Amino acid sequence: MIKRFTLILLLAGLGAIFAGLMLDYVPDSELNRTADYYAKNTAADLGAANIVTAIIVTYRGLDTLGEVTVLFLTAAIVGLVLARDRHDQSQPDRELPPTGELLATGTRLLLPLILLFGAYVFSHGHLTPGGGFQGGAILASGMLLMLLSHPLRRFGHRTIAIVESIAGLAFVFIGVLGIALAGGFLDNRILPTGTLGELFSAGAIPVIYSFVGLKVGAEFSSMLLNLSETEEL
Amino acid sequence: MTLSIGIALLLAIAMVVSAIMATRGRRSLGISILAAGLASLLASVMFLLLGAPDVAMTEAAIGSGLTTFLFFFVLGRVRRGEHD
Repeated sequence: MIKRFTLILLLAGLGAIFAGLMLDYVPDSELNRTADYYAKNTAADLGAANIVTAIIVTYRGLDTLGEVTVLFLTAAIVGLVLARDRHDQSQPDRELPPTGELLATGTRLLLPLILLFGAYVFSHGHLTPGGGFQGGAILASGMLLMLLSHPLRRFGHRTIAIVESIAGLAFVFIGVLGIALAGGFLDNRILPTGTLGELFSAGAIPVIYSFVGLKVGAEFSSMLLNLSETEEL
Repeated sequence: MTLSIGIALLLAIAMVVSAIMATRGRRSLGISILAAGLASLLASVMFLLLGAPDVAMTEAAIGSGLTTFLFFFVLGRVRRGEHD
């Protein structure tokens, strides 16, 4: 009884707080100073059609490097915790149930399309919504589809680790190149900015975002792979 | 303006209904997982309506795509373990 009463009181309190926030809310009639700067100068400075991507990759590029590092740490810890109980699945000790015909055929049709779409999303991050993180997640969901339909056929840990390491190193290397050739760390103007709206424009943004996409995809895939190989569930 | 507010309200109601289905549904775990994925998908449409297509893509790819797949994957593992 007292539990239910506390719950109702808590919900009423939360509702009152949110109602107060809602009633006080007045939409801004103009952009604030930072947003105004980004909206006015992104296209001229960096040549990126998608302002969000320009902010994520160039203006706040260091934060993105931090995010990728956090994701890398997560993947490493998942690997560390789960790898203890890994056993060799190339010779399963019991017969795996056969995959359904629908799943097997659907995977054969969909997997190339999903991987292609993921690559499209991260290579067009400077033109259309989306980018490295979204594209990487799409790549990883393609990987998961493959794990579902063919539990034994997979990319090895080695391939994934190599892709991830090269992508991470290249990301930092391009950033350092920005100090040497352009305005600062992760400056995208080490390559010509080109014409606004073309695929090969916005300097290093598509290159950086492709590496971020590959890295995120590899990290998610290694987590899924570790999860599928552990015996402790 | 009124039309988009109406659509947003409908979306919000559908989100709440699918969230309740996901958490309180007693019929099967599969339906609950699908309802959770649906709530994510509706949330991504909501982000799109609010003018944040980048966030909408993240939500659609991770929240409704990868997580739903992952839940089904784990559910399959758990069921396979039950038969041992």
